[in-house]
Amino acid sequence: MFEIIIGIGALLVLLIIYMIFRVFTLMNVVKGNDKNQDDERVSVNNKINAWMFMAVLFLGFGLFFWYSYTRFDEYVLPVASVHGIEYESIFWITTAVTGIVFVLTHILLFYFPFRYRFKNDAKALFYPDNTKLEIAWTIIPAIVLSILVFSGWRVWSDITEKAPDNAEVVEIVGYQFAWAVRYPGQDKQLGDFDFRLIDAENQLGMDFTDKASFDDFIPQELHIPKGQPVLFKIRARDVLHSVFVPHFRLKMDAVPGMPTRFWFTPTKSTAEMRAELNDPEFNYELACTEVCGRGHFSMRFIIVVDEPEEYAKWYAEQASWLSQNEEYLAKIPVELREVAMISAGIEDKTKKEIKEEVKASF
Amino acid sequence: MATTEVQFEDHIAHHGADDHDHDHEHHDNFITKYIFSTDHKMIGKQYLITGIFWAILGGALSLIFRLQLGFPEMQLEWLRPILGKWITETGSIDPEFYLALVTMHGTIMVFFVLTAGLSGTFSNYLIPLQIGARDMASGFINMLSYWFFFLSSVIMLSSLFIETGPAMGGWTVYPPLSALEVAIPGSGLGMTLWLVAMSFFIISTLLGGINYITTVINLRTRGMSFSKLPLTIWAFFLTAVIGLLAFPVLFSGALLLIFDRSFGTSFYLSDIYIAGEALPNVGGSPILYQHLFWFLGHPEVYIVLLPALGITSEIIATNSRKPIFGYRAMIGSLLGITILSFVVWAHHMFVSGLNPFLGSIFMFLTLIIAVPSAVKVFNYLATLWRGNIIFTPAMLFSIGLVSVFISGGITGIFLGNSAIDIQLHDTYFVVAHFHLVMGSASFFGLMAGVYHWFPKMFGRMMSNRLGYVHFWLTFIGVYLVFFPLHYIGIAGFPRRYYSFTNFDAFSGFTDLNMFVTVSAFITFGAQFLFLFNFFYSMYKGRIAPLNPWRSNTLEWTTPLNPGHGNWPGVIPTVYRWPYDYSKPGSEEDFIPQTVPYALTPESNLPHEDELVDREKEQDAIVVDDNQS
Ligand code: HEM
Ligand SMILES: [Cu+2]
Ligand SMILES: [Cu+2]
Repeated sequence: MFEIIIGIGALLVLLIIYMIFRVFTLMNVVKGNDKNQDDERVSVNNKINAWMFMAVLFLGFGLFFWYSYTRFDEYVLPVASVHGIEYESIFWITTAVTGIVFVLTHILLFYFPFRYRFKNDAKALFYPDNTKLEIAWTIIPAIVLSILVFSGWRVWSDITEKAPDNAEVVEIVGYQFAWAVRYPGQDKQLGDFDFRLIDAENQLGMDFTDKASFDDFIPQELHIPKGQPVLFKIRARDVLHSVFVPHFRLKMDAVPGMPTRFWFTPTKSTAEMRAELNDPEFNYELACTEVCGRGHFSMRFIIVVDEPEEYAKWYAEQASWLSQNEEYLAKIPVELREVAMISAGIEDKTKKEIKEEVKASF
Repeated sequence: MATTEVQFEDHIAHHGADDHDHDHEHHDNFITKYIFSTDHKMIGKQYLITGIFWAILGGALSLIFRLQLGFPEMQLEWLRPILGKWITETGSIDPEFYLALVTMHGTIMVFFVLTAGLSGTFSNYLIPLQIGARDMASGFINMLSYWFFFLSSVIMLSSLFIETGPAMGGWTVYPPLSALEVAIPGSGLGMTLWLVAMSFFIISTLLGGINYITTVINLRTRGMSFSKLPLTIWAFFLTAVIGLLAFPVLFSGALLLIFDRSFGTSFYLSDIYIAGEALPNVGGSPILYQHLFWFLGHPEVYIVLLPALGITSEIIATNSRKPIFGYRAMIGSLLGITILSFVVWAHHMFVSGLNPFLGSIFMFLTLIIAVPSAVKVFNYLATLWRGNIIFTPAMLFSIGLVSVFISGGITGIFLGNSAIDIQLHDTYFVVAHFHLVMGSASFFGLMAGVYHWFPKMFGRMMSNRLGYVHFWLTFIGVYLVFFPLHYIGIAGFPRRYYSFTNFDAFSGFTDLNMFVTVSAFITFGAQFLFLFNFFYSMYKGRIAPLNPWRSNTLEWTTPLNPGHGNWPGVIPTVYRWPYDYSKPGSEEDFIPQTVPYALTPESNLPHEDELVDREKEQDAIVVDDNQS
């Protein structure tokens, strides 16, 4: 593949150089030297350049259509979200409309120079303006653009609409150079946070004076349920980052000091996508698209789309962050510790441990 | 100040009183002629040469990071003599230095090459010559403008050589990354130098801009009304207006960044925990910086584009031997673009967390600006239609400009649509878009301008043949370099990525990336044809005829090597618009602006016949003078 493209490119370049130099030598032979160019208004080069436009037009479009057609599946990623389908439709409508304009204007742009190249006996048409024509080609693009804008605006409104109340909430935090995700836990409430509370363990600055924090959990992979609305609450800890999941057609900057959000509905589970692509290794990936420093290119995080039942099961299995970092119980106001241990699931664990200890002692 | 006023009055005097005596201006020594020159022509050339230097450097930087993108496995040990510690032990480029390269490449190309090198060169060189003025309104301020630019260049260049490296946050230098040295080493001294250099650059642009504006408004020769100005001048004029309104905003944005960096303020910083500690800053907003930056940043793309469009309008009309189609509509679109360019900036921020309602507003406004751009394209096409086209290298580059302007403009319709931009923002699609519509289009305008006005600048002709080869290699080259980036962008490849191997989703297209890199090398190499042609012809080129392209505009009525003051005698009077090409009835296929309607009864249109009498009343003496 690569050889073919390189070959065509190199060939094209060589061809041009060859053609032009070839004609130069011929010209020199015929004319003795090229200084007589002055006698005539144009030299034979004018014709060559005119033909070059035609050659470039045909070769260029040839390459363009050929590559766009043969590599289609490589550059168009499969869609895995509801709004992604809408996105695809306006993308391709825009491509079609602008594609037609692109091709037509280029045909004219390259054909006119070819057709109207200088001839000694010809005279250009003195044609300074034509108001009707100009109004027409102001209004028509305006109308076409309005249609495109309008359809874009409808999709944009859908996407940026307020998230449904039942949306699954996941917090995504970008930092140099990785992502962390936090789930609200059983109470479905994300706890408060404050950047001043961040330390080596409490990387997200969870505020344990807020009851909602106790059951929050921070897993290693981002799981979301298929077919249900999901709301990403996005923030950054140090510099700008940007959450980008190409298969979901989803992007939103992560801004220190200004939480942002993006909601969407995934339509294909990871397993389904693996089957569709025939690639058992496939994973949805989250990438960073706002330059953030040395490791910007390596901020990868895996997203797993589960069937809803699987998701519920996974969700229930996750241990709260507090239960894994019990020393933070000390930071909780005394009167809340009891509650904290219950909702963090610590009490359960200790009870079990006690039972086990009791068993062992027998 | 005193000098300024004297000079200014001096020019008014020349201008008003038909003063024949300029001999006092001709005693230049080397320093005043070539270095601290106040002659707009020399200043234009200084800008051009400096711009060429920057273009080579900026291009070379892109080749280094293209190597990394096209051939990530390649051993770059051989670059160690130049790059030193920025080559890692394993022989590849350091990821931070990669970002530095991208940042410096973007900064250099946008500001130093296509703002200073393009607008600085041609506004300076052409405004007085084409409007019939002895010089700029203030030669001294003009000189200052160049030397501020030079100072800025020296500082920016020096930042490439410091220990911690130059700025690394992208040419947009978004805080907090650009504000915190702990975030990336380039945000230390490198970023300070960047800000200082840009401040001087802004001063330079403003000094240049007020000069261009004043000159166009006040120093037009007799008869040169705004409706007889060549489109080049309209474009330079409006460019200067945009610059004057937009650059101060960047200046304030940069100033606040300087405060945040050095004086502990919190304009852009809030809630930051980095390198193991929480910073004291609260209440700032990184989004504020983005607003300020793009309030300049978007008009900036028109600052680099409009001069190129003006230049090509002139060249396409001249070499089609036809009037530019829709002169008034062309001016109207320039005006429309000028105004609209100030109200679309937030289309760069659709996914920055901006209120979605604002997003909708900016989407509407952005797509409106596509209309005047489309009108310009159609008018170019109509100008070519039924012309009698002569392919000078300048003409080829102008047609090339229209082509890349269409290609890049079309992808703008995708990106201006906020819903589509969600996916495409900050991917290679954007890189493809702006390299075509801004980078290549303006670069082609620059090239077209140099080929076209070289005979006026240096009194000699450049080689056409080399020009043709240069054009075709460049034209095909930029398409082979930038067009493939669209596919990579649609596939979601993010920009400013050092390498794509970490992601399964971005692991494809290695062949295409290689191809792009190879094409970039060939295209860059082709520019040496131009460099050779340029410097060789400067000394060895054929002596140019006075009006080599049979053009109508005033600059071709000056002597072959115009001295200080441009016209040895009286400044010619202008009687007609600059686009009387192939007028029916006329023997020649062009009628210069200095030819009165009284002398062309055979080709006058009915309403022009009426002007004949008024010409006589007003300018009888001047007409006589001219012929004596
Ligand atoms: C030799 C020709 C050129 C090549 C091969 C080239 C290549 C590139 C590439 C690949 C990038 C993207 C890097 C990335 O995002 O990771 C880039 C960035 C950029 N280029 Fe060029 N470019 C060339 C000429 C130009 C010109 C003429 C301009 C003038 C407008 C320009 C302006 C920029 C800008 C503004 C950026 C963005 C920098 C940033 O992301 O901060 N380039 N260039
Ligand atoms: Cu990043
Ligand atoms: Cu913009």
